[in-house]
Amino acid sequence: MAVSVRELRARIKSTESMKKITRAMELIAASRIIKAQQRANAAAPYARELTRAVSAVATYSNVDHPLTTEPAAPTRAAVLVVTSDRGLAGSYSSSVLKEAEGLVEKLKAEGKEVDLYVTGRKAEAFYKFRGRSVSQAWTGFSDRPDYDAAKEIGEKLIEVFVEGTEAEKAAAPGVDEVHVVYTRFITMMTQKPTAVRLLPLEVVEGTEAPAEGDVLPLYEFEPSAEAVLDSLLPQYVVSRIWFALLQAAASELAQRQKAMKSATDNADELIKKFTRVANQARQAGITQEISEIVGGVNALADAQAAND
Amino acid sequence: MTDALQVELVAADRVVWSGGATMVIARTVDGDVGILRGHAPVLSALTEAVVEITPEEGTEVIATVDGGFLSVANDRVSILSEHVLLAHEIDLSQAEVELEEARRLLGTNNDAEKRIRRAEARIRAVEKAS
Repeated sequence: MAVSVRELRARIKSTESMKKITRAMELIAASRIIKAQQRANAAAPYARELTRAVSAVATYSNVDHPLTTEPAAPTRAAVLVVTSDRGLAGSYSSSVLKEAEGLVEKLKAEGKEVDLYVTGRKAEAFYKFRGRSVSQAWTGFSDRPDYDAAKEIGEKLIEVFVEGTEAEKAAAPGVDEVHVVYTRFITMMTQKPTAVRLLPLEVVEGTEAPAEGDVLPLYEFEPSAEAVLDSLLPQYVVSRIWFALLQAAASELAQRQKAMKSATDNADELIKKFTRVANQARQAGITQEISEIVGGVNALADAQAAND
Repeated sequence: MTDALQVELVAADRVVWSGGATMVIARTVDGDVGILRGHAPVLSALTEAVVEITPEEGTEVIATVDGGFLSVANDRVSILSEHVLLAHEIDLSQAEVELEEARRLLGTNNDAEKRIRRAEARIRAVEKAS
């Protein structure tokens, strides 16, 4: 036997304590997921009302806004990558990063320079390790984002975007479009890394076709359509980022739960296997001892017979 | 549906209050507006101020909003703001400290005016509710 029984026992013990840890992490993730889903649901009315208001303005006024105008020749794009702060969530962060890399390649092929903005320590570490510069990183809130974090990110992205359209490729490194890569939470079992273009905004005109029956009311705008749009659109952008962060948080927890569940199952398997090997080793030891004793007795008996 | 206004007071992360009401008072960037039944559809930008809702039953709902929007259509009123605090959720002493601090920053910081308005609105909301 290559491995002694004592060593096997130690291995079983360490696997058991590892299993306890992964099991605890699984349960924590499971309970947090419910909270994350509740948060996502609680944020839905705000997004709904905001979208309604934006489409109302878009339908009833022909206001051009810097956030909605398509630049003629986009040369620079910003990509916001949403990942987790912590690992042990299976392929969660790496699949988002893969998606992001694909998008970056695509943008580069279109002749655009790419500025990276990231959230989550995993993305920060990923790009740091590869020696690629990140324009800005936000960390520390991946599994329970708050609105202010979304607001900070949104304001930064709007700032660089608006600069790009106004400063006409001056020394300022403004961008012409903004993309977001995050993980969409579809069900507990499926989460999909998704890339969407955030800016320039494509406002869906009228939630339902406004020509039929239920027409959007003819709003009056106070103080003016432009002013309303001016404060409405940035909030809309922030709300989209907030939505992405909430989805990413729920996905992260779901994937962590799944990863930890399979780790726990794996530990169970290992314990079973090690126990079998240990039992076999113990049995082999006993058999050997018996045969040694029997051999010794026989040898003694033979010696006795020779003496007689 | 009763004859009342259907009011929704929504913050970015939750629905703060919703239900039937007889009147809503809010402050837009142009000044106070009172919304009663049958108001024309309007979409206006709000400033940092107190919002008062007189519900069909029970006591008046007083809250503060940090900017945001008021939209009225077909007797449905939605008030949207990134942060909404009901009067009983406001920490009066903290608002007073905030007000002092913002006053000191006035002139040096662009956000100071906004912060003063916000803090004042909070203090006013608490006073109104008590």
